[in-house]
Amino acid sequence: MNVTEVGIEARQRWMGLLARAPSARLAALFEAAGEAPAHDWLRVPETGGVMLRGRAGGTGAAFNMGEMTVTRCALRLESGEVGHGYVQGRDKAHAERAALVDALMQGPRASAMRAAVIEPLAEAEAASRRERAAKAAATKVEFFTMVRGED
Amino acid sequence: MYVAVKGGERAIDAAHEWLAEERRGDPKVPELSLAQIREQMSLAVNRVMAEGSLYDPDLAALAIKQARGDLIEAIFLIRAYRTTLPRIGHSRPVETSDMRCDRRISATFKDAPGGQVLGPTFDYTHRLLDFELAAEGAAPVAQTGEPQQASTPRITDFLNRDGLIQDEAHGDATPPDMTRQPMEYPADRPLRLQALTRGDEGFVLGMAYSTQRGYGRNHPFVGELRIGAVEVEMEIPELGFDICIGEVTLTECETVNQFMGSKTEPAQFTRGYGLVFGQTERKAISMALVDRALRWQELGEENVGAPAQDEEFVLAHSDNIQATGFLEHIKLPHYVDFQSELELVRKMRRGAQGSMKEAAE
Repeated sequence: MNVTEVGIEARQRWMGLLARAPSARLAALFEAAGEAPAHDWLRVPETGGVMLRGRAGGTGAAFNMGEMTVTRCALRLESGEVGHGYVQGRDKAHAERAALVDALMQGPRASAMRAAVIEPLAEAEAASRRERAAKAAATKVEFFTMVRGED
Repeated sequence: MYVAVKGGERAIDAAHEWLAEERRGDPKVPELSLAQIREQMSLAVNRVMAEGSLYDPDLAALAIKQARGDLIEAIFLIRAYRTTLPRIGHSRPVETSDMRCDRRISATFKDAPGGQVLGPTFDYTHRLLDFELAAEGAAPVAQTGEPQQASTPRITDFLNRDGLIQDEAHGDATPPDMTRQPMEYPADRPLRLQALTRGDEGFVLGMAYSTQRGYGRNHPFVGELRIGAVEVEMEIPELGFDICIGEVTLTECETVNQFMGSKTEPAQFTRGYGLVFGQTERKAISMALVDRALRWQELGEENVGAPAQDEEFVLAHSDNIQATGFLEHIKLPHYVDFQSELELVRKMRRGAQGSMKEAAE
């Protein structure tokens, strides 16, 4: 199966989840999902900066805001699949695991990886976002109009 | 005579060792962990990320610990580290319309769609010291409500629908980057916004305050203030498509300012804009006010000579690392410079005394 068959959208989703996942959480899930396959590096993990951009007025001309740390790497499994890891922060092991999962998601272990790593990450992220949104909702102001006396 | 002087290594080593000991403080008191700083001093961490111009909470926490809580020193450490990072690329402009808001308020519309969501704010507290925090207690638990599903609509979009506010010209031009090219004046708005978002909070606040007090007044309302998480997307050339590479918390402020109009154009409100790393609302509001003041020329306003209208004055003095570098260097040895001044003053005095003597005779 190649990437076109997998679908770019599906791959964007798992790569995003892997990038945003807490490193320790991904490590625990990945370890429990079976043995890590042997691989050759196409690009050894490196940490760098990505310049974030915003827009004037939120919707206008782009401007540079400042950088964030990102670690990236690329590798090839013995079976031929190429995996890319682009993750937030400076954790090289995190980038390596992200690239391994990305590669495995394109091969015969895809459904096992989806069940053992991707879906648990998606659920954990959704739960933590829901929890924060619920706290925000509790601070929403309910206005009420004071009844004015008529005498 | 010029005499080169060397020395002080032993004294410098001893000073740095003492610094390390003082940084640790009383060893009977437990040492601070980076996680404690990141979690419990989070607004200091946010300021260091914003002005250090690098989003990485763990590094900002380390810098604060190393700097003994001196935030400008911490920002200096982050700026120095930043220069060692290879630049991987740039993100797509972040979509603040899709922000998952922790806080979102409007000072202009009570019934703003999406509501007034206060979030974890200091507003409406009484600013009385809470002595309960001096003792260790159970971790507090926040209330919860029914989460909102839809993304929060932008206030200026409502105004814009009726043409009541000036439109923001959408552009995809590559913005200038002051970390790559030296500053040039006149600066365009993207360059000004980059300088302001990494500028010193105190300086930007002071400039904003000066406009409120009448030095370049522009009657701002906080149309909208939102704080929350946005995803960061980047195009990956080797893949040929965009992926999300992480998530950052930002504070965005849009001000609605005094209107203008003419015989040909109907009256319209104008805008100021602030967007800053982290939960940093004082800075974001200040940025919006100063952004608006600096737009006097494009909006056809009069230059009243206010400091906040002078972009070279504002941008050249907003960076606290440049400022502190130049300011603090004067405490370092200037023995030779001073020696020459001393010689000069002595010579002038000798000359003056000589001519006074002549006049008396």
